[in-house]
Amino acid sequence: MIQPPGESPFKYQDAGKNLQRKMMGQEYDALAHAKETKTPVAYLFISGNIQELFRAFGFLVLYPEINALQCGIKKAAGPLILKAEDKGYSSDVCGYVKNDIGLVIQNNKSPMGNLPRPDLLVCNFSGCNTYIKWFEALSEFYDVPLVMLDVPYVRDAAVPKEDLDYTVSQLHDLVATCEKITGKAFDKAELSRILELSRKAEDRWCEVLEEAANVPSPIDAYFEAVFFMAGINIFRGTKECVDYYDAVLREIAERKERGIGPVEKERFRVVMEGPPPWPHFRAFWELFKRWGVVATAATYPKVGGLFDTGLRHDPSRPIESLAEYSLQCYTNWSLDKRAKLIEDYVKHFKADAVVIHSVKSCRSFSVGQGDFRDKFVREKNIPTLLVESDLADPRYFQEAQLRNRIDAFFEALEHRKLTAKGGA
Amino acid sequence: MSKAPFVERFADLATDPTFPSVREWKAKTGRKAVGYFPVFPPAELIHAAGMLPVGIMGGGTRVEIDHADSRMQSFVCSISRSTLELGLTNRLDFLDGMTFTTICDVARNLSGVWKRNFGQVALSELLHMPQHSNHAAAVEYLTAEFARLLKRLETLSGETATPEKLRDSIDLYNRGRARLRALYQVRALHPERLSAAESSVLARLGCVMPKEEHIKVLDGALEEIQARRARPRDAVRVILEGSFCEQPPLELIETIEESGCYIVDDDLCLGQRWFNEEVEVNGGDPVRALAAAYVNHSSMTSVRHQGQSRRSETLVGRVRRAKANGVIFCSAKFCEPALYDFVLFKEVLEREKVPYLSVEFEEKMGAFESARTQVETFVESVLFA
Repeated sequence: MIQPPGESPFKYQDAGKNLQRKMMGQEYDALAHAKETKTPVAYLFISGNIQELFRAFGFLVLYPEINALQCGIKKAAGPLILKAEDKGYSSDVCGYVKNDIGLVIQNNKSPMGNLPRPDLLVCNFSGCNTYIKWFEALSEFYDVPLVMLDVPYVRDAAVPKEDLDYTVSQLHDLVATCEKITGKAFDKAELSRILELSRKAEDRWCEVLEEAANVPSPIDAYFEAVFFMAGINIFRGTKECVDYYDAVLREIAERKERGIGPVEKERFRVVMEGPPPWPHFRAFWELFKRWGVVATAATYPKVGGLFDTGLRHDPSRPIESLAEYSLQCYTNWSLDKRAKLIEDYVKHFKADAVVIHSVKSCRSFSVGQGDFRDKFVREKNIPTLLVESDLADPRYFQEAQLRNRIDAFFEALEHRKLTAKGGA
Repeated sequence: MSKAPFVERFADLATDPTFPSVREWKAKTGRKAVGYFPVFPPAELIHAAGMLPVGIMGGGTRVEIDHADSRMQSFVCSISRSTLELGLTNRLDFLDGMTFTTICDVARNLSGVWKRNFGQVALSELLHMPQHSNHAAAVEYLTAEFARLLKRLETLSGETATPEKLRDSIDLYNRGRARLRALYQVRALHPERLSAAESSVLARLGCVMPKEEHIKVLDGALEEIQARRARPRDAVRVILEGSFCEQPPLELIETIEESGCYIVDDDLCLGQRWFNEEVEVNGGDPVRALAAAYVNHSSMTSVRHQGQSRRSETLVGRVRRAKANGVIFCSAKFCEPALYDFVLFKEVLEREKVPYLSVEFEEKMGAFESARTQVETFVESVLFA
């Protein structure tokens, strides 16, 4: 396998990543031809998305967030964001939104190909108020109806029955809307068949994540998992998705056999909180790799569903199960629940520290992270580093500053480890 | 320029971050007080449970941020940072509880920070407010949400909020909102009689005063206003939009008015007059009546999805009804809901040829000269267009 120059020193043949790239390519190709194939297109958000329902009705689903992520990693985000700012969007609002508005302005000609207009906008609300404002804008720009799925925020240990009932009732409304748009009757058996495939992929995804409990870890549960998560985020309910995770698992098995991991020698294990800076993804990873840091767990790959907490789609209760799933995505959890999950990760995945990457764009993720740090450091004695930049806007990535912070943190952590050993 | 009478009389009390009127009320009555972060206040529920609802509207110009910096990033609005600062410096220790609503991601997460830092000593609740209008399941849901909060409020106060008490509270707050609507009517018909700075102070008093007393103050004010005989100025009629949560410094509102504007409608202190019409109980379940009022008759604002009707069209309708010559967007720095809507608003105003100006503010802004120049230029361009 030929690695482009500047790629990571890790030379392993990246089967999972390559297959993921191929699947993404095919998906964007289908989207580019949606009009010719007369396939209805629904726009959805990743957090708690209910793609299986749309799959059952034969929709293609487009995720503006994924487009923004792709533009970020392909270094196309900067100019798109500026286009949206020229239109009046403030420098202080979410870069993903501005990236998407930039695409609307240039008639959806994207680095991933031509993107279709929506036939339906579904704001599956969980986790982010900006979602509402985002699709309100698209609804005006495209003159397309917006369906709101208002998903209650999960605050207490158990979800109250009313919260679940409310979500279920809205899903029934949504089913009726889909019937109207497609002219097809709802096929419950088909949805159950799709959910069975989702469940299989979810089992395998959790196996992938669990591998990071090994010492040393054969995978990076952040810098690699953000690619591995594509399946669980956007290809659930397909056989290809199940096969994809089988391929990833084979790759990991092989890594373990050959003693290869994401870094040459694992020196530090961390739990990562927050989305990565897509426009500077590799540079950001390198800042950790040079210290032999491996992320053994991360919260960002759980935005599409907290399957590692035991959550699964249940084909025997399709609509209820979709409702349960929509409620249980990471950013729809209260800060208290999020902090506890991170602490559990630290224990289970034997991490030395927590690293928080706080992004300006996503207040839903980032507001409260300073309080996490306070809690972890003062109450839990978990060394915690908080660094700031952005997930979409390349202007906020200050590499020299980040390097200084990260170096200082791991120097101190190394010292702490040595003295802990010496003093024991 | 001398201060307008109601500003002179009430501004200090309304914006004092030491909350003297609330402390005094607590000492006098021996009862408890529960704060609410904007925009929507569950005031009737707190009142019916025998406690004082207190609007916590940030630190204004008088609070330095020293401790909240390490918990809240520099890229969030002043009100969330200064409110947390008030909490971390024990300046809200007179509160027995605090409520938040899901108005935006910052407020929602602030409630989580609040719960960790103060949840051990005081009630800390977040209400998920439905994003649907005219929707039966949303009413059902919010009824349950309100009932859950009410139960916790009752436990806190040790008093039962009987249906009678709830009806009385709703009636009381209906009367308060009717007075505030009357103030807005004066400003729409006779803006020379009451400035926006004055009316915002009168509304804001409702944050720190028992509603019974607030109504008395408003009645007195309405009477006084009736007797005012000011001559109309040659001013531009504008709508102020974007101040539904964090409040601009009073000096900024005054600056806009002094620079040649009549602010004939605004969304200042919006939570104080949230419902567009009376909350109708009609002998039914009062909690459900409140929920139905929220879902079906709320003020439409940037923190409330309004279904298929468009925010931009709502604004144009308000401009026409108020016979306004223009719109001044006055939103807090970093306020995402307002900043997103600004683009939609701006586009429709351009299509409809309605002049507009955008003035961003922060709690601690100290200089208003550039705002003055901006508004004066805007006024000239409208007058001589």
